[in-house]
Amino acid sequence: MILFTLLMLYPLAWLVGSSLKESSTVFVEAHKIIPDAFHFENYIEGWKGFGGITFTTFFTNSLVIVIISTIGSVLSSTLIAYGFARINFVGKKLWFVCMMLTMMLPYEMVMIPQYIMFNGFGWIDTYLPLILPTFFGAPFFIFLIIQFIRTIPTELDQAAKIDGCGTFGIFFRIICPLVVPAMMTAAIFSFYWRWDDFMGPLLYLTTPEKYPVSLALKLFSDPNSVTNWGAMFAMSTISLIPVFIIFFIFQRYIVDGISTSGLKS
Amino acid sequence: MIPKKSEQHDSVVHFPNKKITYNPVKILKSRKKKSGYENLTGYLFISPFLIGLMCLTLYPVLYSLYLSFTEYDLLGTPTWTGLDNYQRMFTNDAMFWTSMKTTFFYAGVAVPIRLVFALLVALALNKITEMVGLYRTMLYLPSVVGGSIAISIMWRQLFGNDGAFNSILDTLGLPTHSWLGDPGTAIWTLIVLYGWQFGSSMLIFLAGLRNIPKTYYEASSVDGARPIQQFFKITLPLLTPVILFNTVMQVINGFMAFTPSFIVTNGGPMNSTVLFVLYMYRRAFEFFEMGYGSAMAWVMLVIIALLTAFIFKSSDKWVHYEGEQK
Repeated sequence: MILFTLLMLYPLAWLVGSSLKESSTVFVEAHKIIPDAFHFENYIEGWKGFGGITFTTFFTNSLVIVIISTIGSVLSSTLIAYGFARINFVGKKLWFVCMMLTMMLPYEMVMIPQYIMFNGFGWIDTYLPLILPTFFGAPFFIFLIIQFIRTIPTELDQAAKIDGCGTFGIFFRIICPLVVPAMMTAAIFSFYWRWDDFMGPLLYLTTPEKYPVSLALKLFSDPNSVTNWGAMFAMSTISLIPVFIIFFIFQRYIVDGISTSGLKS
Repeated sequence: MIPKKSEQHDSVVHFPNKKITYNPVKILKSRKKKSGYENLTGYLFISPFLIGLMCLTLYPVLYSLYLSFTEYDLLGTPTWTGLDNYQRMFTNDAMFWTSMKTTFFYAGVAVPIRLVFALLVALALNKITEMVGLYRTMLYLPSVVGGSIAISIMWRQLFGNDGAFNSILDTLGLPTHSWLGDPGTAIWTLIVLYGWQFGSSMLIFLAGLRNIPKTYYEASSVDGARPIQQFFKITLPLLTPVILFNTVMQVINGFMAFTPSFIVTNGGPMNSTVLFVLYMYRRAFEFFEMGYGSAMAWVMLVIIALLTAFIFKSSDKWVHYEGEQK
């Protein structure tokens, strides 16, 4: 089991190891993980980026997109989930089925028409197409939070009602504080997906100054132009650091979230 | 989230046939009971979803259907061409068939590999008593980072001509190979990349395994069942709902893969790794054939819907729900 785990982790270790090798020796002894000498300057070199734009810009861009869209999708999804889980209204079942179907609809289906739509609004090369749609809830997070709300006893709601709380009061005072763990899980996944998102920025962003890390990395690593391999690996490693940090801090939420809801990566 | 027949009888939802049977009398009755205020607040709470559904899903999907019968290059207005796009796709576009075949091969090989791998590892982890948490975390790690560009770039170098993989083979005295340069092996590097990210399926299997009552195994041991028999008679049948869920999600996932073929191989060599979405992307956003791209998207949706329907339909035969009489 130990051997198997190490084998699975080898590519990651290789990436980090290569980021510390001198560029000219990266491929001389490619299988080695630990370099002969540690070349931390790869990180400084890589950070300078390309075309005069440093990775500070790319990281800031990524963070802006990720943070706003995560807040948007978690808040709206919680609101929607409460509506589905606790309020009885006409047509609820129909909309719930619609939501489950949207969950299975691949993004690629709406990619072209959405592009034409946002192009018509003049939103190309802005963050709007990447951020705005998240404010209408993500079916997956809605589903996750609904499942969580269902575990909260309805007696709590009724007690609050007797005390004179309205529907909105119940939502803000009773449900919201209790669903924080589910919101956290949703936020972590939203962070991952947004951070890794490549297709969205590839379609909508045209100015390199606005690129997030994922797109910058792709440009930086163009196989025809890369010469500084060490720096390229260094920036690849750095792009994974936020993901690693979140993973190791919150892995309990992530594992629980996947195990209970059957979430895909 | 395995769709079961709804427990209430006024509305029965069959997934994924999208067949919804309503009993109008009961709906009318229940409508009387629900107050106008409750309806209003309900719709208020789900309004972001409804707006999103209409503007960002329903309208685009219908618009895409319309576009698929037109020719449109983003300039001017779409020109109606009827079934031309579909006709061209099926009769006059070798690349379409190549990408279709590649995608079927990729999904057909990579998805079972990932699932079998995930199940085997989950079984092993379920047996281990020490440091399960650590193993679980470490083995899940590739899935966490797997979708990122950095990993695709790394994979490209790992299997490159002077990459680590060849370097290892060389050290072991085995012949090296141009993995990404040979049309026969390039697709396999993508399949291995897909299989490497087995972590989330593994976690779902692991959760499923934990839910199987220990008493089943104890009772069967008393009856003299061997571990292999236990696996096929107890573990596997009880895991089938989880297997169904994993299969459906992974099939959709596999058919929609884009980043690996775009970054690792960029469709090459000799178009041997042009997955369907990559080809669709090229048609729409490199050649600006929005109509043709939309037609491709629709063909894909129909294929995925048929596959999902087929998996769910066949599931009656092999999925076992606990407490269900056979």
